[in-house]
Amino acid sequence: MSEITLDQVSKVFADGQEAVKDMSLEVGDGEFMILVGPSGCGKSTALRMIAGLEDITGGEVRIGGEVVNDRAPKDRDVAMVFQNYALYPHMSVRENMGFALKLAGVEKGEIESKVTAAAKTLDLEQHLDRRPANLSGGQRQRVAMGRAIVRDPKAFLMDEPLSNLDAKLRVQMRTEVARLQSRLETTTVYVTHDQVEAMTLGDRVAVMRAGVLQQVGTPAELYEEPVNLFVAGFIGSPAMNFMPAELSGGRVRLPIGEADAPEGVEGREGPVVAGLRPESFEDAEMVGGVRDERGVVLAAEIDLVESLGSDLYAYFHVESGAVESEQLAELVGERLEETGVPEVREGQEQIVARLDPASRIKRRDSAELWADTAKLHLFDPESGERLASTAHD
Amino acid sequence: MERGTREYTLWSIGIALVLVFAMIPVLWLISLSLKPSAAIADGRFVPSEISFENYESLFAGGIDASPFIKPLINSILIALSTTAISIVLASFAAYAIARLEFPGKRAILAGALAIAMFPPISTIGPLFDMWRAIGLYDTYPGLIIPYLTFSLPLAIYALVAFFREIPWELEQAAQVDGATPFQAFRKVIVPLAAPGMFTAAILVFIFAWNDFLFAISLTSSDASRTVPAALAFFTGESSFTEPTGSIAAAAVVVTVPIILFVLFFQRRIVSGLTAGAVKG
Amino acid sequence: MEAHAQPTGASERTRSERRLAWLLCAPAVVAMLAVTAYPIAYAIVLSVQSIDLRFPAEGGFVGLDNYASVLGSELWWTDLFNTVFLTVVSVSIELVLGMAIALVMHRAIFGRGAVRTGVLVPYGIITVVAAFSWQFAFAPDSGFVNGLPLISDDMDWFGDRFSSFAVIIMAEVWKTTPFMALLLLAGLVTIDGQLYEAAKVDGASAVQRFFRITLPLMKPAILVALLFRTLDAFRVFDTIYIMTAGAQDTESVSILGFNQLISRLNLGLGSAVSVLIFVCVLIVAFLYVRVLGTRVEEGRPVK
Repeated sequence: MSEITLDQVSKVFADGQEAVKDMSLEVGDGEFMILVGPSGCGKSTALRMIAGLEDITGGEVRIGGEVVNDRAPKDRDVAMVFQNYALYPHMSVRENMGFALKLAGVEKGEIESKVTAAAKTLDLEQHLDRRPANLSGGQRQRVAMGRAIVRDPKAFLMDEPLSNLDAKLRVQMRTEVARLQSRLETTTVYVTHDQVEAMTLGDRVAVMRAGVLQQVGTPAELYEEPVNLFVAGFIGSPAMNFMPAELSGGRVRLPIGEADAPEGVEGREGPVVAGLRPESFEDAEMVGGVRDERGVVLAAEIDLVESLGSDLYAYFHVESGAVESEQLAELVGERLEETGVPEVREGQEQIVARLDPASRIKRRDSAELWADTAKLHLFDPESGERLASTAHD
Repeated sequence: MERGTREYTLWSIGIALVLVFAMIPVLWLISLSLKPSAAIADGRFVPSEISFENYESLFAGGIDASPFIKPLINSILIALSTTAISIVLASFAAYAIARLEFPGKRAILAGALAIAMFPPISTIGPLFDMWRAIGLYDTYPGLIIPYLTFSLPLAIYALVAFFREIPWELEQAAQVDGATPFQAFRKVIVPLAAPGMFTAAILVFIFAWNDFLFAISLTSSDASRTVPAALAFFTGESSFTEPTGSIAAAAVVVTVPIILFVLFFQRRIVSGLTAGAVKG
Repeated sequence: MEAHAQPTGASERTRSERRLAWLLCAPAVVAMLAVTAYPIAYAIVLSVQSIDLRFPAEGGFVGLDNYASVLGSELWWTDLFNTVFLTVVSVSIELVLGMAIALVMHRAIFGRGAVRTGVLVPYGIITVVAAFSWQFAFAPDSGFVNGLPLISDDMDWFGDRFSSFAVIIMAEVWKTTPFMALLLLAGLVTIDGQLYEAAKVDGASAVQRFFRITLPLMKPAILVALLFRTLDAFRVFDTIYIMTAGAQDTESVSILGFNQLISRLNLGLGSAVSVLIFVCVLIVAFLYVRVLGTRVEEGRPVK
């Protein structure tokens, strides 16, 4: 069995920097787990601790049930794919892929057959005798993967393996990686800063920030039930719109209008942060009867329209309203800065709405938009924690 | 962490070994120089008693009688002149090579490389003859000229490497901001080039300071004899043990400044050597 | 003054750029050639004459007689052997030691400044000074080496040929290993650190990483360092002159040349020796370049 368990793992560097704080994570056997987060969040450090390339300051790392804290990388039976591929420039592709097996003393014939098999899977057969310097970026990336596959290890550890490829190739390779993993059924821990990659590739995704694990769950869970402001703002592109709001008497007052407070916040009064995804907006003309049942209709001065063919994004701003709201926005803005989520400007909120591509809304229009407040998320302005959302489970 | 401390001690030992390796001859010389003449033959690494008589005898008699003062002055002046001229010449050439396009660039660099590998001994004969004919024998220029020749390759390579690192667009940016070409050069480029030139100067100085072959071949008296050559002649008719102390004292006098030099500028020197030497 | 080349022929700007460039380079080029090209040509001229400055009246063109004398003399061949022997042994030791020091400098997490200083002291010291220091250290009465454990108290280092060699090599190695270390260090830093991590994960021990990753990737740098040091070592003079002055058959070819030229004032013979030394250096350089091929170009790390 090759589950990977991080049990209250922490890492403090020599200069005192706490890269990973008390992280606990379970990766099941054969699972594809993604570690995602902004630069410096500790995801690479966590991965390297699993690999054995970084010492573990506190806690335990277990692979297949055995504690591996003090084991050298070579004794952990894991394979790693590096961001820059780390291919040995003086060895051919064949030698690169067979290096680990050679070190392990595997018999020559067996190395041959394993390398050839991996090369076939990755479509590298005609490149086997070439040097890395003579390969394209995509080919090098595949060799790096081949090196890992050939070893048939307990787990694959991948550190942003696709970030050096151009956009189109990246999308292509993404599906390759996913297909490969599901075929081989090897436990995989994959680090990336790109949330799109995270959402499309993983069985489960772990969001990290400043060394602390924020939330672990399936992509759908993270999208629909983010536990805090950071996760809510990190997952989803374009990002969720945040605005200051106020709870009062069972109603929530937003800059775009008023709505019933969602369940779970009864009795709570006062300022909150409200979040509404761009997808929750629509051109009021195209919405139909729903607008009478729920949600708010608002007038918006459209600043900018981005037409992507399959989607239409409209940017507009709303006033925050009364003085209290401004103060709130400032307060919230400060807090949000701390929590690392996009700043909420006092007095004016920039909102992006995703509209039906058939909408005829143009720049500088005074348009009518509808916002589905049933999809509202509310967050505590101090801690950033989610209070409630009206999103369905 | 346990692994950390073990590594720490291993590294400390390694570094200590390197330091000891480097300093033994220097410490030995210091020790010898501080021994009174009676104790010079006692074979101890650490002197049993300390005396400054060797240093005194070095400087005794002033400029004329002392075997050391004039050569020291010669060394200093010749090394400084060589450095100044060499850096100026090398800077011009390096600027051209780093910034301008012209045929013969590679030839010059290759030629400089060839000269760096040239055996100086092969030039001693002709130079000896030529200098005697022209009257440069036993003079400052007589040494400075060969020093220039053999220090230029190193200086050029180091400076080319440094000059290549300068973002020349800054000059144009300054001009757009309103500076004349000369102002731009003076206020923007020169400060950027200065450190590299300083480093190259250090390398050239050490080279000139160090030379022995030319010094003993092309001089015959204190008129231009430098310290390395003078040292070789300390071992005169007097008994073997006598000059040991003086030589050691003289050696310390010329070495301690170099050590201080190295101590303050080690980072620069290393970068200059690796830039110049590796590129070459 | 811009650095880009003109795509079509020589426009006025290109030509003025070229002129300026040549003007700037001229002084340096002249200085370099004046003391090398001309003298070597002159040396060749001198070598085919019989010129003894002690007897200026005699002399004249003697063709290759001087060369015949030199190549026929046992002293030349002994000295050549000495030179080659010293070169091979010194450079070999320096390579190993230099590599060790380069590794220390590369991986040191602290004390870098101390190591650098330590490494540069031998570089900065006057060769003659260092030679004296080592000579005094090994001298039978005033030296401290004979007082060390495992070494006989009355060992006469300079009384015998090969023990003299040992001391000379010691001094040479001490003086120039630092430079070798720096050259190797420059090569070391070009190796991507991630390659070592990949090798660690692949299962390589430290020793395996050194021999399978570090060394192969340092080949160009090592070859360049060897080339430089070999040519340098071939020219050994200062140390031998100070320590033994060539006694006990420890003379090198440079000392031979020096003796003929400056001590004996026999410019003809001395020049022949000089030219032969030059030829030897050319041969060594040629062999190296042949072996390296275009490796020397590759050896230069791209900045």
